[in-house]
Order: sequence, then C-alpha cells, then structure tokens
Amino acid sequence: MIIRRPSDIPSSEITPESVYVNRRKFIKAAAAGAAGLAVGPTALEGSEHGIVRRQEIPARFATLRSEMDEELNSYTDVTTYNNFYEFGTDKRDPARNSGEFRPTPWKVTIGGECNKPGDYDLDDLLSGITMEDRVYRMRCVEAWSMVIPWYGFQLSSLINRVEPTGNAKFIVFKTVVRPEEMPGQRGPNLSWPYIEGLRMDEAMHPLTLMVTGLYGMDLPNQNGAPLRLIVPWKYGFKGVKSIVSIDFVEQMPLNTWKQQNSNEYGFYANVNPEVSHPRWSQARERRLPGAFKNHETLMFNGYTDQVQHLYAGMDLARWK
Amino acid sequence: MNQKRAVLGLKVLLWLGASAPGVWLVTGLFTGWLGVNPIEKLTRVSGMTTLVLLLLTLAVTPVRRFTGWNPIIKIRRPMGLFAFFYALSHFSIWFVFDMTFNVRYMFEDIVLRKYITVGMTALLILTPLAITSTTGWIRRLGKRWGRLHQGAYIATALGCLHYFWLVKADTRLPLLLAACFAALLLLRQPRFDPRQWRTSKGTRTG
Repeated sequence: MIIRRPSDIPSSEITPESVYVNRRKFIKAAAAGAAGLAVGPTALEGSEHGIVRRQEIPARFATLRSEMDEELNSYTDVTTYNNFYEFGTDKRDPARNSGEFRPTPWKVTIGGECNKPGDYDLDDLLSGITMEDRVYRMRCVEAWSMVIPWYGFQLSSLINRVEPTGNAKFIVFKTVVRPEEMPGQRGPNLSWPYIEGLRMDEAMHPLTLMVTGLYGMDLPNQNGAPLRLIVPWKYGFKGVKSIVSIDFVEQMPLNTWKQQNSNEYGFYANVNPEVSHPRWSQARERRLPGAFKNHETLMFNGYTDQVQHLYAGMDLARWK
Repeated sequence: MNQKRAVLGLKVLLWLGASAPGVWLVTGLFTGWLGVNPIEKLTRVSGMTTLVLLLLTLAVTPVRRFTGWNPIIKIRRPMGLFAFFYALSHFSIWFVFDMTFNVRYMFEDIVLRKYITVGMTALLILTPLAITSTTGWIRRLGKRWGRLHQGAYIATALGCLHYFWLVKADTRLPLLLAACFAALLLLRQPRFDPRQWRTSKGTRTG
C-alpha cells in the first residue's frame, strides 16, 4: 500500500492478501490506463462537483493504479466527500464552502517541550525535507473507507528538527480558527480550535505522515490545506487538518471529539473491529464508492504488523 | 363543488410534494447527483421525509380545528401512507445496504444501538396504522380505531428521538423537529380547541 516506503516496512506486510475488485472502478481504471500518461485531468476536470484545479495529476499515477491491489479512490471521491466540520457538517460542505479559505502564506507555531520552538514559515519548515507519495487506507469512525494517495513526509523528520526534550510525552496539533473563512466555525457545532494529539512513539512511527498533497498535487482546502496529519491505523478524525500549532506536552491532551462525547470517542482511536462504537458496529465498513457495507474491517486498519508493538500490554477495549 | 375542487387540488399538491424526494433520489442514483456515498444520501433523505410527513399528518387536525375547514381531513390518510412508505424505504435501504440482508446483524444493531431501537419501534408502531387505514378497518374498529391511531404520536416522538440521537454535533435541526412535535402535542390540549372556547365561553375567565 505504500509507494517509496520506508525500507523497514516490506510492502507485502502492508498490503493485505484480499483483493477487492469493484467492476465499475476497474473499468474506470482501465480506461485511464488506455489514455496513457494523461490520467486524470481530462477525465476528472469539469466534474459535476465544480472543482477547479490549477494542477494536473502527475503521470506516475497512471502506473500506480495498476500496481495497487486495492482500488484507489478517484480524485473526485477524495475531494467531494469530507468530514471537516470547520466548513459544515455535510460531507459536501467542505468542497462547497472552502473557496474563501487562504492556505498561503502559512505559519506553524511550534512550542512546548522542545529546544527549537518558534513560528515557522511552512516553506522553511518543508525545505530540505524529503517528500513522498504514500497510499494509505482511510477508515472513518462512521464505518466508511477509501484508499488515498497522499503526498507528504514523515512526522518524525519534523519532530527531530525541533528537538523535543525528555519531558515531551505527547504531541498536540491545533487547526486554524478563522470563522470569517470557515463558515462551520460560526455556528454551534464543535468547540474550536479542533485539537488532536498522539503519544510521542506514535508520532515518531514511520507510518505517521504530515500531508501537504493529494494525488501528487497541492492539498485542496477541503482536505486540510496546507498541512494535515495522517495516521493510517487510527480512525480518520485523528487526522487533524490545516494545522497552525504543534506542541510537545507531558500530559495526554483532550482531543476535540473526546471532549464532545467521551462515551463515543477516545484518545487512541485505533481502528478495531472488535470494539463496537455506540452508533456503528466497527466490524465492517463501506468501501466507497461501493454501496454495501460488506468490507471486513481489519485490526489497526490492516497495519497490525507495523504498529501493534506500540500497544503491547494495553487493553485495547479499554483504551479506545 | 368548489370544496371538491379544493380537496382535489390539495391531493395533487400532496402527491407532487410527497413524491418529489423519492423521484429526486431515484433520478440521482442514475445521474450521480447523490455523490460518493449515495446510500448515505438515500438513508438521510428518506428518514427526513418520513419525519416531516409524519409531522404534517399530525398537523392536519389542528389546522382543521383552527380554520373550521373540515374537508382538509381527506388528505390525512394519503399523507400518513406516504410517511409510512418513506419509513419502510428508509428501513429497507438500511437492511439491504448496511446490514447486507443479514438478520443477525440487524438484531444486533436493534439491541445494541438505542437510536436504532427507537427507530425500529416507530416503524413497528406505524405498520398496523398503515394496514388499518382503510375505510373497512375504520368501520370494523369503530371507536378503537381512534385510540389505535393515536400511536402516530408515539411513532413521531420516537422518530424525533431517533434523529436526535443520531446526530453527532450540530443538533439544531433535530431540535427544531422535536419542537414542532411538542407544539403539535400542545395544540391537542382542549384549551387550544376553538370548539371548546365556544361552548365554555361564559364560564372561562382567561
């Protein structure tokens, strides 16, 4: 599932044996392949959702599609069906309501238990960092899933640069608060800013990604431009978007959804088909754009071999 | 004659209005309007339509009382049946696509998830109401028919609760629908019945 993967993770372990072929998408992929290197722009532009893109999907995704054993979701899928409550609670709201949002210029304030705190310009932060494509499954706590080619870098490389101290036990991320550009922040909804966090060992894990792009292009506003988190073995709400602050702290932070409803959402939020959510069984998922909720959910979203050591000795039914 | 035409006009309006969400959904399935997760859209729109139609059905009697225009009662039955049709569709979509026809999954969800428990109960209450909505059953049941069909209030209350429990963050819309239901309940009170005002005029002070 990972392209240009870290060398310590063999692709065979990340990619599950089960092959799920959706005939409709297979045909779409085949058609894209037939168009040679010009995947995407002609096929995706002028979609009914009115997305305007200034870039083109890079040619490497033409071959990528055929190398995958799970079907990639289309650019339209990934950019028109989003949970980003800052822009509204409907899945289409982020695509519709994020036009006013300005992701450049962008500053990230890094603070807390680290030796190099400060306000970093995003461009400076990214200079000298190796960017890569990574294809991950995305499993939402609402029991739907996609397969998405992100573009970004390992969070660990950023963490190493700012040198956390020995007191840093957790890392905390906050989303920008701009009610004037984010209509969802003007109504009663969640409390802002959106806060998410990870334990330091989770944050340092090679699978944990800071994302700046999608399909090799700049991240669209509705997906969390210009900088977001992706933790593929956790439910999607851990993937905090449009990050403006990163703090290293000693105490476990209270993340937004846990604050909203601690009976339903926890801090760890590891994908776990055994632990049922009060609203949804987590045993199965709807692999979009499929119709049936018949895709078996995998422990840690299929990344068990890579991450289970992080939780050795922990009762995962308790630490939700 | 004018009254007959008015009732006919109302019925035409009802048929157009009540079938519009269904037509929109079915068309959307084939055109792709419903987006990446059409099943979610089908479920939400069918559920919302059920609730709105149930509330409108319950509003018929108060409207009749306040306007004194009795023929309006003729649209109550078709409206209630439309509500039941959407409720049944709502359930079927969930059973087919979410439960994938698996009866065990279905019972697990009904038992474990309270919003599904109340939603299912509402459907079970509505079913006999739909069956006994015919003129024959009204005659056969006599006075008991009215009692039985007060179940519509319970089903609507459970529907509102189902929706409220389902929403994750922004509860404004479910609360608005619940407020409409509360208002309808209040309007059932004899003190809001104009006929009562007339008969007890001399004795009431307020």
